[in-house]
Amino acid sequence: MNSARSLAVDHLGVQYRMVKALSNVTCSVNAGRLTGIIGPNGAGKSTLLKAMLGLVLPSSGQVMWGDKPLKQQLDRVAYIPQRSQIDWTYPATVWDVVLMGRIRKTGWLKRYSTVSRRLAVEALERVGIANLRHRPIGQLSGGQQQRVFLAKALTEEAEIFCLDEPLAGIDKKTEAIVFNILHELANTGHTVLVVHHDLGQAITNFDDLILLNRELIAFGSRKDVLTKNNIQRAFGGHVPFFNANAA
Amino acid sequence: MYDLLIEPLQAEFMQRSLITAVLVGIVCATVGCYLMVQRLALLGDAISHSVLPGLVIAYIIGMDIFLGAFIAGVFSTVVIAWIHTQSQIKEDAAMGIVFSAFFALGITLITIVQKENKIDLNHFLFGNILSVTQSEVINTLFITILVLIVIVLLYKELMLYTFDPVGAQAAGLPTNLLNFGLMVLIALTIVASLKSVGVILVLAMLITPGATAYLLVYRLHMMMIVGATIGVISSITGMYLSFHFNLPSGPAIVLVAFGFFLVAFLLSPTQGLLTQFLTKTE
Repeated sequence: MNSARSLAVDHLGVQYRMVKALSNVTCSVNAGRLTGIIGPNGAGKSTLLKAMLGLVLPSSGQVMWGDKPLKQQLDRVAYIPQRSQIDWTYPATVWDVVLMGRIRKTGWLKRYSTVSRRLAVEALERVGIANLRHRPIGQLSGGQQQRVFLAKALTEEAEIFCLDEPLAGIDKKTEAIVFNILHELANTGHTVLVVHHDLGQAITNFDDLILLNRELIAFGSRKDVLTKNNIQRAFGGHVPFFNANAA
Repeated sequence: MYDLLIEPLQAEFMQRSLITAVLVGIVCATVGCYLMVQRLALLGDAISHSVLPGLVIAYIIGMDIFLGAFIAGVFSTVVIAWIHTQSQIKEDAAMGIVFSAFFALGITLITIVQKENKIDLNHFLFGNILSVTQSEVINTLFITILVLIVIVLLYKELMLYTFDPVGAQAAGLPTNLLNFGLMVLIALTIVASLKSVGVILVLAMLITPGATAYLLVYRLHMMMIVGATIGVISSITGMYLSFHFNLPSGPAIVLVAFGFFLVAFLLSPTQGLLTQFLTKTE
């Protein structure tokens, strides 16, 4: 894997009907680094992630990976949606969901291979829920649900991992497991991009940050981004949970 | 007992209707599982009501009426999608608007045509399974096999799409095509069921067996298998009840299916109302 690669976001904007959700974002996301997207509620964090992958249609700009648009190379991307976006009453077991990560590598009209099954078992062991594989997803805790989706993403053998608020409403143990795996991924040259919801202690896990509020406020290393001035510009007067030591 | 079961089978029309009822029980329950897990039960109702004008127009211009019904059914889903993507109208409201308009058009056309021809509105609204012809049985068989083959071949893709549509899009699946394919499967299933249960009651065959199975098992393919089994048993039982007690067959089938649902609702080992009550008091 070439760790010198990066995702180049160029003047990306999104418009929902008459409302500008995001305008003119230009930044880069480097391989081998753990990058967080932060900003207040409604800042367009998830929208940026989705627009980068073409899951919402950008009204302007483009995102390149190497010399081609990223949305033409979605086979290199593993995407983990917000937990609230999923119907957890769906009739499926943990095993069913984790195997879904292998759909693209399996191809049409084919059954999941032995290799896929082995990867699914390994991924479940890596996130520590191999014992839950036969459980219906409706009977999982929030943290366990998040680990199922992380395991699914791991089976995809992707270069780029995009996670939408993976830490919202989960327990400390799952948070530690998630960050461990994200660090491992970054250290092995993967590109890891995470929408993150607050400015608490967990933010020290990120190498780089993209700070948004409907437009780009700052991006770069955590130290450079988390200045008082930047935070004020993004969050306005009141700054929830801001930990001055985090920078 | 033997006579009760065998006697109806001596009539040829009864054999044909039983076969049709069994096929409809299988295909409706299987396809209906996709409607249920997507919370789109109302869409089944919308498509089934929307086939009516297609049916009549096809009759007027001398086309195969089931082909006309199928085209109108698929067309209605396109109109529904168009309204809710091009405006702020939510999907359920779009369905309500479209299917009532299609249904009204269908009723109007039928009433006009009825004056000169012998075409009975009631047959389409409630089904008339005892009058199925040999070729209609073969049509239903063909549609059932086709729909089941497509579901087996696209099982994992349709499962990801119905579970997590955005994730499916991120995985590079052609989600618009999958959605349209699903609509086509549902429209085909409804057309295949028109003769036996009719426009109004087909929703019960689509949803009730799958919903019953959902209370008993927790994997999609198991839900389809158990749902189809319940659909078949309901169809056969309903047909016999209809024969021996001279009841309308469509409603008899639907009521038996509802009976199964009620039993599962009260007594399901994991989710039953009575089961939960009993385990609490113990």
